[in-house]
Amino acid sequence: MLFPQRAAYHDIVGAHKESGFEMCTDLCAVDYLAHPGRRLPAEVEAERFEVVVQLLSISRRRRVKVRVQVPESDPQVPSLWDLYRSVEAMEREAFDMFGIRFSGHPDLTRILMPEDWEGHPLRKDYGVGRVPVQFKEAPGPR
Amino acid sequence: MTDHDVEEELAAETFEGAQEMADRAHTTAEEFSRAAGAVLRLPGGVPGSEDVDIERPSDETMIINLGPQHPSTHGVLRLMMELDGETVVRSKPIIGYLHTGMEKTAEELTYQQGSTNVTRMDYLSPLTNELVFSMATEKLLEVELPPRAVWIRMLLAELQRVSSHVMWLATNGMDLGSTTMMIFGFREREMVLAFFEKTTGLRMNHNFIRPGGTAADLPDGWEDDVAVICDTIETRLESYDELLTGQPIFRERTEGVGAITAEEAMALGVTGPILRSTGVAWDLRRTMPYLCYDQVDFDVVIGTYGDNFDRYAIRLNEIRESIRIIRQVTERMPSGDYRVQDKKVTPPPRARIDESMEALIHHFKIFTEGFKVPEGEVYTAIESPRGEIGCYLVSDGSAKPYRLHIRAPSFVNLQALPVMLHGGLVADAIATTSSIDPILGEVDR
Repeated sequence: MLFPQRAAYHDIVGAHKESGFEMCTDLCAVDYLAHPGRRLPAEVEAERFEVVVQLLSISRRRRVKVRVQVPESDPQVPSLWDLYRSVEAMEREAFDMFGIRFSGHPDLTRILMPEDWEGHPLRKDYGVGRVPVQFKEAPGPR
Repeated sequence: MTDHDVEEELAAETFEGAQEMADRAHTTAEEFSRAAGAVLRLPGGVPGSEDVDIERPSDETMIINLGPQHPSTHGVLRLMMELDGETVVRSKPIIGYLHTGMEKTAEELTYQQGSTNVTRMDYLSPLTNELVFSMATEKLLEVELPPRAVWIRMLLAELQRVSSHVMWLATNGMDLGSTTMMIFGFREREMVLAFFEKTTGLRMNHNFIRPGGTAADLPDGWEDDVAVICDTIETRLESYDELLTGQPIFRERTEGVGAITAEEAMALGVTGPILRSTGVAWDLRRTMPYLCYDQVDFDVVIGTYGDNFDRYAIRLNEIRESIRIIRQVTERMPSGDYRVQDKKVTPPPRARIDESMEALIHHFKIFTEGFKVPEGEVYTAIESPRGEIGCYLVSDGSAKPYRLHIRAPSFVNLQALPVMLHGGLVADAIATTSSIDPILGEVDR
């Protein structure tokens, strides 16, 4: 597991690609708003968002996980699109769900939500919608 | 600030432009490279200028929509295509029509309830989804499963692979005009589903593989049922061979169509039968064994050309390999518990509740509050019928996942579609889409 600084993130992933990690199998984001005290190495400063990248080396049969901290005030990270084409849809999903911007991504549009949707649903401060049910003590729509 | 201003600001903050492909005439150079970059994501670089002629007048080509309502798009996949006559110049899959926020829902459900949610993602191989979620939870819990639970899981996972691949043969046959194959495929799948119904109580969305083991033991006489399924499907595979493999029309429509190279497949993150069709022997059951796959004997089937025919042949032969595994599992099924005997994870058996107050309390606690999972984060990946299905699970120490992310194989594999379709015919687009085997429930989650 690696915890690069945001500035070094792209280069570190690039170095891994050079050393034989041919595939980027997964990229997702996590919003740690409600869980700030997570365990991290001492030198890593915890931020609200985290982008988690899973790299896979087919030749060496190894996986490596890259976790990069993304601050709430400037939710932006460099896109890995120039290294791995496979992150195209995954970065769009992370943008759609968390509002993290990937600079250098060719087509950063919403992918799962309608394009006129407001807000980013997987953020922890995004309310969960409720549907009123017809039970006696039902607490109406919130 | 009025409400209107707030709305506008919110919209500006979250709006990044349309998802659709823009018309050539309305496409500025920048917009076009944006579209081309996303549409023709070739590993060599952004094709843009040399691959597609920007200067070309827009009335020579036209943009059409395939889907979201079209029988051969396997659900609600919408494909935008720019056509030059019958040749596909650009294409772009547009997804999200089946998005129901299952990852958000997962944060509201306990680990106990979680497998009812994930099982609905990939509705053609629900047990695989349950398996990956349970394995991730167990990794965080650090529990060791009893051997019988592991082997039951292997049996079900392989039966699921058989049913999923048979279903794929059926729909692929239908897309290519072979209604016979469709009837055959559904008939064989029904056999497996009947066994699942007997075992789990449901034909689909079983919620049978749960964190800590399985929900129940296998039913009495399961060996005979499984033996009948194996024998029947194995002999019927021969008739599929006769019906499709040697048939000139089928070969003409699949050979050399929708080809992709190993480099392209790896760059696009493609896994499963599509990656193996390009000659890369990558099967997580073999290369990164989980459960007890290192103890059974099977071959990883690979192709050479990466075309539709290779993908067909791989799936057909993977059914044979799965049947081989199922036979070995049946022979070597250990006896013992089917759930881990940890009181904090496993609810007590029904009979104990009538006798013991503690059992009743434990039962009540587990089903109302769920069990707590230690803090941490984990990524597990297994081989689903469609490729690598991964589960990234973050726990904050409570009874509900803090974040659940499913790495859906179809979601990633779909990115290869524009590369496969580029330069082909519209008629072949249907066959190629089918050969990717996208499950839209999993793509959109």
